[in-house]
Amino acid sequence: MDSDILVVDDSAAIRKILQRVLRQTGMPIKDIHEAGDGQQALDVLKAQKVNLVLTDINMPNMDGLQLLAALKASQEWASIPVVMITTEGGEARVAEAVRLGAVGYVRKPFTADQIKEKLAGVL
Amino acid sequence: MDVPNLIANSIRHSVIEAFTTMLNVSLEPGEVLDGSAVPEASFQEPNEGVVSFIGLAGAWVGTGTIMCSANLACRICSQMLMTEAKAVDEEVLDAIAELTNIVIGSVKNDLEQHLGQLGLSIPSVIFGRNFKTKNAGHTEWVIERFRWDNEYFLVKLCLAPNEKQPVGNPIGQTCPIEVKF
Repeated sequence: MDSDILVVDDSAAIRKILQRVLRQTGMPIKDIHEAGDGQQALDVLKAQKVNLVLTDINMPNMDGLQLLAALKASQEWASIPVVMITTEGGEARVAEAVRLGAVGYVRKPFTADQIKEKLAGVL
Repeated sequence: MDVPNLIANSIRHSVIEAFTTMLNVSLEPGEVLDGSAVPEASFQEPNEGVVSFIGLAGAWVGTGTIMCSANLACRICSQMLMTEAKAVDEEVLDAIAELTNIVIGSVKNDLEQHLGQLGLSIPSVIFGRNFKTKNAGHTEWVIERFRWDNEYFLVKLCLAPNEKQPVGNPIGQTCPIEVKF
């Protein structure tokens, strides 16, 4: 089954790069949706069913960890796998993301192969 | 601990990694400049172009910045997004902001092993002419100059121990930037 993926990053540049990289992976993807922060991501999820969320951490309004916590606290969205993609590679941040339920973590800068490898077991 | 040397080595590694990974461009290692002897005046097109800033805060506080010409900013954006950027627009500024986030974020991750946990602000980018940047603090910048073909860009970082207990948002306490147009 082809998947719907939600990419959440306040940088339009990174969203564009991820669109390209995700298409390059060859994974079965139906649509890639975008949001500029956690709050926008929740708005997208209210209107659109997605199979995977890729999110930055450091964003205005609602950051990636807050988004992750909100998803895991929701009956409707708790089962959606969330992968963090961020420059924040500190152990404390990684541990916090894992504790909140993230299934993976990719550090920027990333390659298409790294994204593919990280998502291989998720989708 | 030689913090300026740590910063210089980390900037070198982070810039090369970011360009290799995100732009598919191989750069030569940058040249470390003396912050007190070689200010922005030696940089090509010193008072115009694109300047991005990002704050670091924690037990140490400071600012990281990338400075380049408008032409190079467009080239970076074009290579990064695989589009054709002919003039500095929102997309170009966003690409430079993200490059700054990636490079200085990577430096931050390296430095955390030595200096403890640091926070990273959201980057700001300025594009214009006839501006001058000034470090209003007393901390010297670590400045590294890189070349991509015939164009240069600067990556700079200043960092100092946070002598005050952080209250609220401490970003900028040590290295406030003043930009005059």
